[in-house]
Amino acid sequence: MALLELKNVSKHFGAIHALNEVSLSLEPGQVLGLMGDNGAGKSTLVKIVAGNFRPTHGTMQMEGRDLSMHRPIEARRHGIEIVHQDLALCDNLSAAANVFLGREIRKGVGPFKILDYATMYRRAGQIFAELRSETRPRDLVRQMSGGQRQAVAIARTRIADARIVLMDEPTAAISVRQVAEVLNLVRRLRDRGIAIVFISHRMPDVFSVADRVVVLRRGRKVADKDVAASSPEEVTGLITGAIEHA
Amino acid sequence: MEIQLDDNIKRARFPLLTWLTSRQAFWVSVAVILACIFLSFATNSFATSNNLFNVTRNFTFVAIIALGMTIVIITGGIDLSVGSVLCLCSMILAVVMHAGYSIEVGIAASLGTALLIGAINGVLIAYLGIPPFVVTLGMLSIARSLAMVASNNTVVFQFGPDHDKLLFLGGGALLFGIANPVIYMLLLTLLTGFVLRFTRFGRYVFAIGGNEHAAIVTGVPVRRTKVAVYMISALSAGIAGVIETGWLGAVTTNLGSGMELQVIAAAVIGGANLAGGIGTAYGALIGSALIEVIRNSLGLLGISAFWQGTFVGSFIIVAVTFDRIRNLRSPN
Repeated sequence: MALLELKNVSKHFGAIHALNEVSLSLEPGQVLGLMGDNGAGKSTLVKIVAGNFRPTHGTMQMEGRDLSMHRPIEARRHGIEIVHQDLALCDNLSAAANVFLGREIRKGVGPFKILDYATMYRRAGQIFAELRSETRPRDLVRQMSGGQRQAVAIARTRIADARIVLMDEPTAAISVRQVAEVLNLVRRLRDRGIAIVFISHRMPDVFSVADRVVVLRRGRKVADKDVAASSPEEVTGLITGAIEHA
Repeated sequence: MEIQLDDNIKRARFPLLTWLTSRQAFWVSVAVILACIFLSFATNSFATSNNLFNVTRNFTFVAIIALGMTIVIITGGIDLSVGSVLCLCSMILAVVMHAGYSIEVGIAASLGTALLIGAINGVLIAYLGIPPFVVTLGMLSIARSLAMVASNNTVVFQFGPDHDKLLFLGGGALLFGIANPVIYMLLLTLLTGFVLRFTRFGRYVFAIGGNEHAAIVTGVPVRRTKVAVYMISALSAGIAGVIETGWLGAVTTNLGSGMELQVIAAAVIGGANLAGGIGTAYGALIGSALIEVIRNSLGLLGISAFWQGTFVGSFIIVAVTFDRIRNLRSPN
């Protein structure tokens, strides 16, 4: 059974049809590359799965059960985590503080609870070790490289044992060496049986890390196939419209 | 690259020293200590117990409000209404006690007013998205006007049956000849420092100032936290108002006028960053102390009080410039 199944999902904003009858299924331990030009509907699709938008038509099912979300927080409760394009990090806080932001571990009695720094540092350290990142829990995010910042944002998805991770353009704004680092982080998540939606403009990254590629054009799904059965040329054609459908 | 490496080695060898020297509050503390040493030698009157009693007490009112202001500034906000809120809270206390109610009722009414005003500020800022500068500028005007309405613009100097209790609260010295306001200030500084460092609320305050969008998407209750922050700021003004009333023994409707700028100056000199995300309780305290030491020393050295603004203003600019230079030097 698919982990997440979208059936004929559409999203209309007034007269604008941002997403039209898109069906999609996600399997555990699979990386799905989601591609498309600007305005093709990638963000809309992600926002629907992340609980920001409700679809105008169509249904979502998680492991066969209907999924209906009103707020992003609910997506978290269902084990859906998002790594935002801007990473949503606080530069003035430590790596560990960012990892646990909004989900701080506390200790104490009754209403008198204080932040449990020791436990949060230790847990964050374990997650970074598990991701094989050299990020140190106590370092300020301000002083970190693009790759380390990605590791912090990805580490967030690990404290809640996410089952689906949506990554929005994770390799858009970092150096070549750091891209390799981030792609490795994605593979580590996949190895733990997490389903990953990898949204990107960068063809080489998608072909290196994804198992399947889905192409959107003008709100419609125009391709959904194994990466091995496709090629960058074909996908480029699908994105631009040179190839109608695959 | 080599320079960076050297930096890292230095960092590893003297972590405490590096940490200290990276703190604006540390340099301000050094300035305060040097000024005190200099004044002790340069004048006969600085290091007298009487003068020190006065100096420490004089900056408590600014310092207590600067604690609240620092929290607001850490979230990236500003509260211009604190001077007027102090005046209104003093006036409510005075009018209620003058009418024959006990000091407990007076303080409850006064601090209740503060919390209400803070809540109004906070709701307008957090839920309606009006810029804090505008909301609190409006409240600056409203609160002072209400203080005039409450007292009919008269001076209140008789506080009913608990008159003496109030004067002791603000003007007495309970422990070892330390002025009472100083003790309140120290306790409130410890409390603020604790809240900022060890509570989830404190963590949220820093997160909102660092990246409000990130705080929202990670599930931080941004709006509620902001309302609480403005309530704390107004409450700190209210507390300072109650204490100052006890110390002065009279309330006029121009009490605390222009004080918001002194408070913001103290917070900024102490290292709070108006862009948000940075600030400490100790910084608020030491920033206020520096301003008072400057003020006091000008008097003792026989320099005209007209120069005070120049010195305090220069310190604000110098403090922020230092911070800027440090940021330029650090790699990112």
